[in-house]
Amino acid sequence: MMSSEFFTTWFLPGIWVTIQVTVYAAALGAAIAFGIGLARTSQLWIVRFLAGVYFEIFRGMSALVLMFWMFFALPFFGWQLVPMWAGVSALGLTYGAYGSEIVRGSLAAVAPAQKEAGIALNFTRWQRLRLIELPQAWPEMVPPFNNLLIELLKGTALVSVITVADMTFAGNLLRLGTNETTPVFTLLLVLYFVLAFLITRGMRLVERRAKAGVGQRPQKTGGITSRLSSRGESLQAGSQSAGGM
Amino acid sequence: MSADTPLQNDHDGNENPPVDGSELIRFDKVTKRFGSNVVLDELDFSVASGKHVTLIGPSGSGKTTILRLLMTLLKADEGTIKVNGDYLTHEEKNGKLVPAGEKHVREVRKNIGMVFQQFNLFPNMKVLRNITEAPVTVLGLSKDEADQRARELLDMVGLGDKADAYPTQLSGGQQQRVAIARALAMRPQVLLLDEVTSALDPELVAGVLDVLRDIAHTTDITMLCVTHEMNFARDISDQVLMFDSGRVLESGTPEKIFGDPEHDRTREFLSAVL
Ligand SMILES: Nc1ncnc2c1ncn2[C@@H]1O[C@H](COP(=O)(O)OP(=O)(O)OP(=O)(O)O)[C@@H](O)[C@H]1O
Ligand SMILES: [Mg+2]
Repeated sequence: MMSSEFFTTWFLPGIWVTIQVTVYAAALGAAIAFGIGLARTSQLWIVRFLAGVYFEIFRGMSALVLMFWMFFALPFFGWQLVPMWAGVSALGLTYGAYGSEIVRGSLAAVAPAQKEAGIALNFTRWQRLRLIELPQAWPEMVPPFNNLLIELLKGTALVSVITVADMTFAGNLLRLGTNETTPVFTLLLVLYFVLAFLITRGMRLVERRAKAGVGQRPQKTGGITSRLSSRGESLQAGSQSAGGM
Repeated sequence: MSADTPLQNDHDGNENPPVDGSELIRFDKVTKRFGSNVVLDELDFSVASGKHVTLIGPSGSGKTTILRLLMTLLKADEGTIKVNGDYLTHEEKNGKLVPAGEKHVREVRKNIGMVFQQFNLFPNMKVLRNITEAPVTVLGLSKDEADQRARELLDMVGLGDKADAYPTQLSGGQQQRVAIARALAMRPQVLLLDEVTSALDPELVAGVLDVLRDIAHTTDITMLCVTHEMNFARDISDQVLMFDSGRVLESGTPEKIFGDPEHDRTREFLSAVL
């Protein structure tokens, strides 16, 4: 079995590196998602066009190849990136492109009548975006952002091939050193799952708060009391309609 | 009268305060098409300041289109609209009329308020902020001032206790009364009302109409309204315009139009809705 010393010198720091890469790439990706997503709704065709070009290019690009390119090819142009930043940039740029589609789509899904109400109150376009459209689009963005964030988390394993010592990197080292392939990769699977699970939990919380912020009641999932009470209500409604007949 | 009563129109900021009876709105040869469907065909009409004008006419005759053109939610294909003597969506440059920029449009548009059939309250804001946001952000009122005014307006529409509710927690009639308060908070000179009770359950209609009657009788705000509530139209209107096929078929006092219309078309329409 793996030694506890190996675990603390490689695996624990590896988990931390995976978390860091995820957080930094998510921050970069979110900035790009909103920047490009908003630019794609611009009234100026040139802004829309350039943002659309960014989206098409980075959506069609392999994050892994981009990472290689940033790590191995960029130095030829006199730009040597620390491996972790090459990884973070490549992930942030590609996942940001996907995210921009979420932002654009959610904004487009805001009821046109809301925009009209904003015009009738003489808001500027930016005021409408800031006060009406973005706050209403935000709860719709959270679930797809959750999916994307989990994709990103799993995508961070790619950084191990450019020598960033994340948990996949640590797992590979351990496998080479001990030949304990099955337990090592099982542990890795479980770790990614646990991190993804934590992300989902966190995003649920974000979603609930976002929905409360637009006056929607948060969906109650599970919880025996809520099930009992909704059952009670439907029973009551049933008896009422039965009585009315 | 104190300048702070919620119902009073505040035109102090205007360089040309309209004299009573002066022309507030003028449509000049306005044409609007949707594809090959000519909805308004060189429409001319005007509304005098302070008057309550009701538009009636069969479905599809272009009543909504007129209000949406005025609110700049639609663009006319030809012709011009003036508000207080200023072009709404045009500017004069070197003696030529050109499409106006956003700044000009907003300057003229600030005189116009609108209440929609479907209320269109902002679901992400509580009732009070629905009313205060535009006065604070657009007019630059202080938050306290806007809050106080909003509460006065809420009292006026009978919803003083709902300031902290979200719109989804209100009935349709309550939402529509908030929407009326929200429009009034901007102190527009003219209020556009497009079938504001037709999305409501029948028992909620009266409450909204009472609020509008109150506004019509106690303020000097100009009203341009589209409604199928003929009794309400009779109560508040100074003038009724009968539309058909994008033209004003006839116009007159409510007594004249409802009692003794000139055109058979008007008579048919009224007998169908009354
Ligand atoms: N966005 C649009 N696209 C295409 N046609 C439209 C559009 N809006 C309105 N129309 C058409 O314009 C005509 C006038 O519509 P408008 O809504 O102004 O009528 P209205 O008098 O308000 O009718 P109603 O009493 O039913 O509300 C109708 O024939 C309608 O089909
Ligand atoms: Mg209509």
